[in-house]
Amino acid sequence: MQPVATTFFFYFLSGLTLVAGILVITRRNPVHSALALILALLGQAGLYLMLYAPFVAGVQIILYAGGIMVLFLFVIMLVNIEKSQKEEQFNKQWVVGILAAVALGVLFVLVYTKGKSLFPERVAQLPEQSNTQEIAVMLYGNYMFTFEIASLLLLVAIIGAVVMAKKRI
Amino acid sequence: MLNYIKSYLDSTTTPGQAGNMFWASVYILLIFLGLSVAVIAMNWLERKILAHMQVRLGPMRVGPHGLLQPIADAIKLLIKEDIMPSQADGFVFWVAPIIVVITAFTVFIVVPFGPTHAVTDMNIGVLFMLGVSSLSVLGIVMAGWASNSHYPLMGALRSSAQMVSYEIAMGLAVVSAVLMTSLNQTGTGTLSMIGIVQSQQAQQVWFAFKFFPLGLIAFFVFAVAMVAETNRAPFDLPEAESELTAGFHTEYSGFRWSLFFLAEYSAMIAVSSIAVTLWLGGWLRPFPHLLSGSTWDVVFSLLPGITFLLLGLIALVGVFRMPKHPYFRVQTIGLAGFGVVLGLIGLLLFLPPVRGRIQDIFWFSAKVAFFMYLYIWYRGTFPRYRFDQLMKVGWKVLLPVGIGVLILTAVAGVLL
Amino acid sequence: MTDPTFHLELQEHEKTFLDSNELIINMGPQHPATHGVLRVILKLDGEKVLGTECVIGYLHRGVEKIAEHRTYTMFNPYVDRMDYVAAVSNGLGYCESVEKLLNVEAPPRAKYIRVILAELNRLASHMLWLGTHALDIGAITPLFYTFRDREEILKIFEKYCGARLTTHAFRIGGCLYETYEGFEREVKKFLEFVTPKIGEYEELLTTNRIWVERTKGVGTISAKDCIALGVTGPVLRASGVKWDIRKAQPYAAYADFDFEVPIGQSGDTYDRYIVRMEEMRQSLRIIAQAIDRIPEGPIMARVPKVIKPPVGEIYHSIEAPKGELGYFIVSDGSTQPYRVRVRPPSFVNLQALDLMVRDQLVADVIAVIGTLDIVLGEVDR
Repeated sequence: MQPVATTFFFYFLSGLTLVAGILVITRRNPVHSALALILALLGQAGLYLMLYAPFVAGVQIILYAGGIMVLFLFVIMLVNIEKSQKEEQFNKQWVVGILAAVALGVLFVLVYTKGKSLFPERVAQLPEQSNTQEIAVMLYGNYMFTFEIASLLLLVAIIGAVVMAKKRI
Repeated sequence: MLNYIKSYLDSTTTPGQAGNMFWASVYILLIFLGLSVAVIAMNWLERKILAHMQVRLGPMRVGPHGLLQPIADAIKLLIKEDIMPSQADGFVFWVAPIIVVITAFTVFIVVPFGPTHAVTDMNIGVLFMLGVSSLSVLGIVMAGWASNSHYPLMGALRSSAQMVSYEIAMGLAVVSAVLMTSLNQTGTGTLSMIGIVQSQQAQQVWFAFKFFPLGLIAFFVFAVAMVAETNRAPFDLPEAESELTAGFHTEYSGFRWSLFFLAEYSAMIAVSSIAVTLWLGGWLRPFPHLLSGSTWDVVFSLLPGITFLLLGLIALVGVFRMPKHPYFRVQTIGLAGFGVVLGLIGLLLFLPPVRGRIQDIFWFSAKVAFFMYLYIWYRGTFPRYRFDQLMKVGWKVLLPVGIGVLILTAVAGVLL
Repeated sequence: MTDPTFHLELQEHEKTFLDSNELIINMGPQHPATHGVLRVILKLDGEKVLGTECVIGYLHRGVEKIAEHRTYTMFNPYVDRMDYVAAVSNGLGYCESVEKLLNVEAPPRAKYIRVILAELNRLASHMLWLGTHALDIGAITPLFYTFRDREEILKIFEKYCGARLTTHAFRIGGCLYETYEGFEREVKKFLEFVTPKIGEYEELLTTNRIWVERTKGVGTISAKDCIALGVTGPVLRASGVKWDIRKAQPYAAYADFDFEVPIGQSGDTYDRYIVRMEEMRQSLRIIAQAIDRIPEGPIMARVPKVIKPPVGEIYHSIEAPKGELGYFIVSDGSTQPYRVRVRPPSFVNLQALDLMVRDQLVADVIAVIGTLDIVLGEVDR
């Protein structure tokens, strides 16, 4: 399958993700922020598709946009929105924030200017058809142990959340 | 240009894979039209079938046997005043039904009506369908929240909790079907919708009957979860009429409401399509190996035409049973015309070139129609679950069963 | 009038972190499941009900006040408008009360006609209850089944007295109308017709898993609470108290008939459902006996043209489909009652709502409103 208007889609999706990301931190209403975040995640899913990683894109949509963000919204709707809107939006740690942003920006600039020596010129294109299989082989073969540890960590997190949320079990 | 159009005709893949934009657009248009017609037909059928289950007649006034009722309803909805609550969140209120409709229609890109009758075939087809249809809950949550009203908010909260919970059981059932696709020489399965049906063809068994009763249990888990996913009775809590008036779309009216309606029905068709593709052999006709041979092929290929002729016949019987009164003349003529059109379609389907091409689509639609009938049947039979019971069914019954079936399927796949 | 929501507002000490999301939600007066114009203010924690408050009076027509300006005969049709789905029982209670005040007794034949019609009415009322109750819980089909069969009862009423809903079937002193030609045959035919139908309703619901889950253990009320609140009728009987005025203080011709008083044990919604279903069967039994034994004779006692009861007061109650329906009438010796006080079963039973739904879910409120079988015309009067 021939890619169609790749450059256009790349800039479109990146722009979408960036604009949505800015909206996430500037909207006063937390529900609007969450919706913008969903848009950003969908844009990312599109970018994954362009990287010939359809499985990752699909999982991104199912887990983040369809699952986690719904739970986010669920919680946000339960808290008092009028109250949170009145609260100060940006907190007092802006100095640290700016430092972190500058550091990240410098890193980006460095990668952009010196990156050619750090990364190979062109990443070999993965065959789109076998992407899912590759991921499966990686997860359940090469990185089996790490994968299991990560899932154990999640299990602990789940139990912790249940214990914290529920007064009586 | 003409060559570009013609070039696809020899192809053996979907237009999306062949990269033919023209035919892809044609398919999208056809699916959109077909889906709209299906939703209209479903609207009429639901009201009629439900009515007959409940010892009443249902719509009878607008057109013969209420055949024009959905059209009258559509016109009513379009010209109705479009109300937005003054305290509503305008943008979210506006965008919510659009999201729901877009997600409900987008999933049909990968639905295979036949080996080549799909807009495209993604190698993550099932994942795509589940992912996009899981986005529709966002629209529902947004609608409920943006209405800035208590009942819609509760409906939205209910639907978000419900859909997220049932997606898990649904996903597990899907995975066990996907596992079955890997039982071939290469040992690699597929997530592609067309690939799944083709592997059922290759293994000569529908996955619902594979590893009996494992396939059937997974199918059952999916069949229950899909009703919950589409917010239909007995899991229609997000729009429970007697509790939340209308749930998340309480504040919606007119055209926006009809978008929710459209999305609900096309989502029903979409999840039924997944079920048909994964477990009931998609476009494959029943008993392709038991009743094989050219004679049976011909018999089965005649069935679509016979079905339409039968429908036409039913309409004609209705014509003779119409009251013989001048008031009913127009209706009688209309019904006769409808019957004749159905009959003509039936005759058209007998023509060999049409016959061969329509087969796949017919069997796929017939299987989906069976699910649609089940939806109506559930609605006529079951009371509504309470919210905690719904969660109990989802988490304590379907989820363990789903996991168990998944493990057993994996074991069976390795051992057998 | 202060806004009733005031009482349900959160106290300051109740507000804690993450707990401050109690919803106060108005259920009704315009709501598909409050059976008319009941307004229930719910305080919710998520879906859990923390408290309820009923706001009634949207259908208040001052029936009791009207009585003070009407003669005894003129007031008779008004009582039909209270519990409009069981108009015959209302009329029966009123006529018997005035008869008791007048110290006259309806002739036996009139009493039998009264019993037949009142029991048919009980069936009709229970059918309507079953249909709407099932509809509230989400089963839409029983509604149409019960309405189909209730129609046959209404046809009998219509043939008997010309009205289907607000029948005004009885007069003080007996009945105005003799049974029509073929009444007995039609009632018998109806009995044959309806007996299997009750099985049909039960088939849809009694063993339906979802129905059982939705009703078992929902809205439980103990016999002690029932008695304390004055709850009567099937609600009381489902809690295990064998109290049926037809048996306890027989009126009309009920002493002549052989029937059971079904009782439940746990006092939950499922038991109330079972009790009412059994009551429908017992009603059929009573009607069958009454039709077989209906005596000949006059249908109207000797009652003066102008009804002028002696000075005094009377309380008389009957077993209406929804519970004890009592009339307290004070006579000052004139043609108009000095005071009529109605003890409506729906109003008294509705008081149990808060007790029954506390700490349960929103969906249970709907189920409990349905199982209490209230008619707002009677609650508000």
